Amino acid sequence: MMATTEAGPRPRTGVTPVSRRRRTLSERIYVVEVARGLAITIRHLLRNLFGRSAIGTSRFPETAPRFPPRFRSRHRLLKKEDGTPRCTACMCCATACPAGCIYIEAAETPDPTVEKYPKTFDIDALVCIYCGFCVEACPCDAIRMDTGLFPPAGLERAEFVDDKDTLLARTGPKEPAAGEPGGVAPLSGPWLKKC
Amino acid sequence: MSPFAATIVLVARPVVAAVLFLNLLPVLIWLERKGSAYMQDRVGPNRAYVPGLGLRMGGLVHSLADVLKLATKRELLPAHVNRRFYLMAPFFALFSALLAYAVVPFADDLRLPSGAVVALRGIDLDLGILWVLAAGSISVFAIVLAGWASNNKYALLGGLRATAQMVSYEVALVLAISGAVLAFGTVDLAAIVRSQGDLLLGFVPKWGIVLQPFGFLLVAATALAETNRAPFDLPEGESEIVGFHVEYSGFKFAMFYMAEYMHIATQAAVLVTVFLGGWQIPWMTTETLVSSAPWIVPAGLAASAAAFALVGAACLRYHARNRTRWRDSRRREGAVLSVVLGFLPAAACALLFFAVPGDAPAAGPVFAAVAQSTAFLVKTLLVAWIFIWIRWTLPRFRYDQLMTLGWRALLPLAILNLFATAAVALLVG
Repeated sequence: MMATTEAGPRPRTGVTPVSRRRRTLSERIYVVEVARGLAITIRHLLRNLFGRSAIGTSRFPETAPRFPPRFRSRHRLLKKEDGTPRCTACMCCATACPAGCIYIEAAETPDPTVEKYPKTFDIDALVCIYCGFCVEACPCDAIRMDTGLFPPAGLERAEFVDDKDTLLARTGPKEPAAGEPGGVAPLSGPWLKKC
Repeated sequence: MSPFAATIVLVARPVVAAVLFLNLLPVLIWLERKGSAYMQDRVGPNRAYVPGLGLRMGGLVHSLADVLKLATKRELLPAHVNRRFYLMAPFFALFSALLAYAVVPFADDLRLPSGAVVALRGIDLDLGILWVLAAGSISVFAIVLAGWASNNKYALLGGLRATAQMVSYEVALVLAISGAVLAFGTVDLAAIVRSQGDLLLGFVPKWGIVLQPFGFLLVAATALAETNRAPFDLPEGESEIVGFHVEYSGFKFAMFYMAEYMHIATQAAVLVTVFLGGWQIPWMTTETLVSSAPWIVPAGLAASAAAFALVGAACLRYHARNRTRWRDSRRREGAVLSVVLGFLPAAACALLFFAVPGDAPAAGPVFAAVAQSTAFLVKTLLVAWIFIWIRWTLPRFRYDQLMTLGWRALLPLAILNLFATAAVALLVG
């Protein structure tokens, strides 16, 4: 039993004596406290069964998970107005990537106004750490992580590698208008024609 | 009764009793999992389903899946164990848990119109409480045997903790239940239950809990310790102190697991039998039930047919809501349930309604037996639920607290209760 009073100055041993409240009679015979505990648990049970449920579990495969609006999900590549990829194969994202999950092969385009384009653009979702540095690094806003997708379970490693067509086919959320919260400033400026 | 019929009855009685109680097992496991989940703001098991039928039944199928999984698991025999005793221990655990059921009566004696009397309990023994206590003490052997034969320090320590706990609490249990024995003047469970059909002051059922309220609390606490469950689950202590079945896996582990739930059912059944009126339905004696059979049997059958039909309709409504949610066989669940739980039983009740006249000579006794065993099972389930409820509420006792409570609180109180009961019995006569 812990001492309830301290006698004299505290000894300099580094030990802090803690005075504990002596348990009251009703606490010592357990019955009342047990009944109080039982009331708490049954209250939870009844509320979850019949009242406003406090269960936070999401029924994942049936119900889509809710992510915060700026959740970094799987990548997508954006297109120019003519449908070609915005990416210029500048390798900024692959350079910025700390995991090294982006593999780009550049190629010449027939369009004389565009310097190069990515012939292949692969992202390995098993290697990606979802840091978002590629999005930050891209000078052309060609890659984003706003699809709301995350890697599903798979049986083959190859299933997790996204190629260029997959990335281009993905869509983002409904774009908020510029000026709205979350809206992206409209792409403009002479440099953007190159992207 | 002809010798042949007598033999059949002799064999059938333990089987019926065992089946009656074994069927509680998946229900108890389900109650435990689902109940604890809702108490902790979780959903609990709800995913396993029967392929093809899509039956999930709110997680009830999980018990089946567990048994299948554990039964098909590789049988592992550690090299360092004492083989014979290691393999014996799980059987002991299950056997001792099953043993106590045998003498618990689940309905009044069935008096057939032919004059034959069938006692509705596994074995017609008047040892009653003594048998239950003896079977309870065997269960500790299983645990010690498992701990020792595992040849593992942690398992042995778990087994020793179990022994110390069981020995300490059995003393208090025996003394506390002796109060009830004094109050009823017999150890025969059938006689105890029968005397609980009387009324005190003309309106209070003379249940053991009314005669021995304090004894009930003591026996409930010690019974909880006998089941080795929280707050007295030191032998097992799954989360921090390693328990006696650490070397067991697969079906051998499943047997310990089942034995635990069997112990809950046993202790609940004994508590109900001694303190909560056993199979007695308050204010309704067996004679009342038998004599009211001519009108209550058809009325009850019609009412149950209607109730089952309503259940079927509710399942169909669930089906209509649920049908599009799944893309596999689970979308059929509501339809299957409506047939299995609703329309089939409803049809059976309707058939019985037309086939069985309420004034048939056997209808009365059979109805009484069915009603009483239903009452007994409902009470047992309620008490078992309280055990489960307590497990998910209270933290585990520390070992010294456990011993203090057993020897310095429960034992003196049990002795006090025994003396007080004896004094009252002496004064009242």
